[in-house]
Amino acid sequence: MTVLADQLKGGLEAPICLTWELTYACNLDCVHCLSSSGRRDPDELTTTEAKAVLDELAAMQVFYINIGGGEPMIRRDFFELIEYSINLGIGVKFSTNGAFIDADKAHRLAALDYLDIQISLDGTDAATNDDVRGAGSYDTAIAAMGHLRDAGFDDFKISVVVTRHNVEQLDEFKALADSFGATLRVTRLRPSGRGADSWHELHPTNAQQRQIYDWLLANGDKVLTGDSFFHLNALGEQPLPGLNLCGAGRVVCLIDPLGDVYACPFVIHDRFKAGSVREPRGFAGVWRESDLFVELREPQSAGACASCGSYDACQGGCMAAKFFTGLPLDGPDPECVGGEGEIELAKVQTSTVPRPSLDHSKPVRIATPRVPVALTRR
Amino acid sequence: MLQRALRLDPQVALRDEPFGALAYHYGNRKLVFLRHPDVVEVVRSLDEHDCVADTLTACSIDERRWAAFERAIDSMYESEMLSDRIG
Repeated sequence: MTVLADQLKGGLEAPICLTWELTYACNLDCVHCLSSSGRRDPDELTTTEAKAVLDELAAMQVFYINIGGGEPMIRRDFFELIEYSINLGIGVKFSTNGAFIDADKAHRLAALDYLDIQISLDGTDAATNDDVRGAGSYDTAIAAMGHLRDAGFDDFKISVVVTRHNVEQLDEFKALADSFGATLRVTRLRPSGRGADSWHELHPTNAQQRQIYDWLLANGDKVLTGDSFFHLNALGEQPLPGLNLCGAGRVVCLIDPLGDVYACPFVIHDRFKAGSVREPRGFAGVWRESDLFVELREPQSAGACASCGSYDACQGGCMAAKFFTGLPLDGPDPECVGGEGEIELAKVQTSTVPRPSLDHSKPVRIATPRVPVALTRR
Repeated sequence: MLQRALRLDPQVALRDEPFGALAYHYGNRKLVFLRHPDVVEVVRSLDEHDCVADTLTACSIDERRWAAFERAIDSMYESEMLSDRIG
């Protein structure tokens, strides 16, 4: 553990990495959606409220925000808000599925300074991608990338959630990003939101985890990861680039579309809700004083992992991954590379596993057998 | 490096933190941790003095620590957090 990591664990005056999901509305219905998005919530922050939050973030000297959703471009005030943010000196990185980036929007986006775009893509072919993200979503994403390239948008990001089915495509993803003059970003699949239901079938196998680790060691300086694979550090002597720690409530947090503040984007659950930007103490008060964040900044117990020689390397892994698979927070990560997670998972009773607190998924259309209607003539 | 006239790059923002400060470069998006209050003071004062050495003297930095400061400043210059002062 480095001195720096120890200092960061004690918390910062303001987050380094703040994710703000602007809306729960989404045109897609991805099976691993972290925020169970689909339908807009009537209680989402208004334009005025959102601008007040941005004013506060500027006062706290938050350098940049990561905007997501849902699909953030669905909000009618999307451009108004990102332009307001950039004018305050807060850089914007936003994640999108690309459905609303046409040639005009691409030019408008390319004209903005301090703006980064991440287009989500989970397969280098339509079949692999659409299996997870929905029919047509591959073509949509590729079309958006073409518009950004044609508009001269410099160095956008292609953001990939690594699953069992696309691990083999890492080199192809890199080649695709290169072909667009883009940068590849790969992150870890979490059992959060709708991911709670798909994680068991989608998460990489233990053999694939080694493959990811080796690939990241070979390509790590050219690829972004959001530091999300630190649980793999137990696989070897050489740590992956980045901060090797869980940043929840310490260097990162999430503001959800309702203004509620959670410890990280992967834990939308009451257990990890620190407060709301609508409280009189505001976001700054929640960040600096909330009971939850103060608790997360205290030294954490290694618990069941204390006797494992790899704890310094993996730090016990991801809090959200443990929570939503029903594992104790002071035990191994479900994807512990030493296999301890698998042993623990086998003991978990499904009925005790916490469910995400919110679900904005679109109503499931159940195919009902057509009942013949007798037409009668008047 | 010690004789150069430097400044915090105009595209860099500094934010005070319990351990020192964070420096963020809006151009290249690099984030740098300044992990000692003395380093923060030196970086903030560079613009007020003719050269780095004068800044270290003015900030009462013990000469035994100058080599470490030179390395830190060199590294910040490489990452474009510090730039040459013109004129």
